[in-house]
Amino acid sequence: MARYKMLDGNAAAVEAIAMAKVGVISAYPITPQSSVAEKLSELVDKGTLKANYIRVESEHTAMSAAITAQLTGVRAATATSSVGLALMTEVLGMASGCRVPIVMPVVNRALAAPWSLWCDHQDTMTVRDTGWLQFYCENVQDVFDLTIAAYRIAEDKRVQTPAMVALDGFFLSHSMQKLLIPEQAEIDAFIGPYIPKNLRLDPKDPVIINNLTPSDEMTEMRWQQMMGMKNAETVIDEVFQEFEKTFGRRHSAVEGYCMEDAEEAVVSLGSMSGTAKYVVDQLRAQGRKAGALKVVSFRPFPYQKVREALENTRKIAVIDRTAGLGGQGAPLWTETAAAMKDSGKPVINYIAGLGGRDISMYTIENIFADLAENNGSSPVWIDLKENAENLRQVEMYV
Amino acid sequence: MEMQQDQHMKILKSCNVLGPCANIFISSNTGSWRLERPQVDFSACIKCGACQRYCPADVIDIHKDREECVTFMWDYCKGCGICANECPKKCITMIDERGEG
Repeated sequence: MARYKMLDGNAAAVEAIAMAKVGVISAYPITPQSSVAEKLSELVDKGTLKANYIRVESEHTAMSAAITAQLTGVRAATATSSVGLALMTEVLGMASGCRVPIVMPVVNRALAAPWSLWCDHQDTMTVRDTGWLQFYCENVQDVFDLTIAAYRIAEDKRVQTPAMVALDGFFLSHSMQKLLIPEQAEIDAFIGPYIPKNLRLDPKDPVIINNLTPSDEMTEMRWQQMMGMKNAETVIDEVFQEFEKTFGRRHSAVEGYCMEDAEEAVVSLGSMSGTAKYVVDQLRAQGRKAGALKVVSFRPFPYQKVREALENTRKIAVIDRTAGLGGQGAPLWTETAAAMKDSGKPVINYIAGLGGRDISMYTIENIFADLAENNGSSPVWIDLKENAENLRQVEMYV
Repeated sequence: MEMQQDQHMKILKSCNVLGPCANIFISSNTGSWRLERPQVDFSACIKCGACQRYCPADVIDIHKDREECVTFMWDYCKGCGICANECPKKCITMIDERGEG
């Protein structure tokens, strides 16, 4: 029987990784991911999890060790956050390019500078084009469910692409919530043992991995990766359907809330999506036709589903938890605007919640209020303080 | 379990692998980088083998018994021109690959 537990997001990620029976863990602690690395190490120490734990000196090595371990034919686990993910960037491409389907929780935290420890999507957005799948969690149950589903999706023969499960730093990683954990036998039946579908590493039976690849093969190998991403859209739907049949909880690449007759909609990622649903309820009670669209799968971006969900709206607000510096808008807006490019509907970008600033119900109410009046001015920094220009004034002789 | 290198020897079936992975090593055709190609004047050549010894890619062979006494592996000659520089008889000329020189 499945049982309820009180866990924070990091513990839920650990629970999923342990139930996937990983054989090797190579992780480097970083706030707010640290308790993932620590709890996994405890499980290995107690013998609850039969795995080798490699203590590494950096995130660059954490990912390198995880890739080579997984290439020998076991599931390998690691997890990171923020500047740790940035240090890992070079090796992220090795995992996706060599088609090593690692599943990695990433606890979202702002990149430096300004030095921050708090939630912001800048870290995962910066690596959005490294060829990894990216799933964003709304709550702690999502962290567990999407991690389990990610193993199935990433390891599918048609996909063979690594996956990041992104959870908002502190809002999810350190927030205790009630969640339902299935039996180990149910998880075993759902994801099964790890079977490598590409060539595997064996010292007695050598193969070549990642030799210098000239221009006459590069395009084709990138095309293979593109097909993996494309196939992932179908596989995500199949796996989520099977997940619902097995565990009774519905997940989808994009989830609409009151979208059927919505005229104004907010598009969101991650933990802010729960708040967006709450505000939609409040506005509905006032008679406004509001709706919310949560994007779960950012890579691959399910642009057809997004377009269908937003088809009947009049105005669209897209909330990005990253600044998108120098762009016409931030990444979620760019993708949504591209999906809606032929519709002629106004798609307004709202920048909010940077470096741990709360995206409260008031923030989202303000976004709906601005959206009603907005004549195409975008992006809007919705929670910007009035003193932004003279935030840290000093006295100086000039 | 079957050895991965043996699979292609037995020609059981073709399996597609993804990305830069392989069980037999096929070197990149670095000859495609070449802009100039060495051309030997065989009548002036004294078959001393200097070009062969200096070739950094080891793609030159000397055949003392043939009229065409110096041969190159064109798949791997990058056209660096070291053979032409080192030839004591100056009988190797670098020819433009695009036929413009």
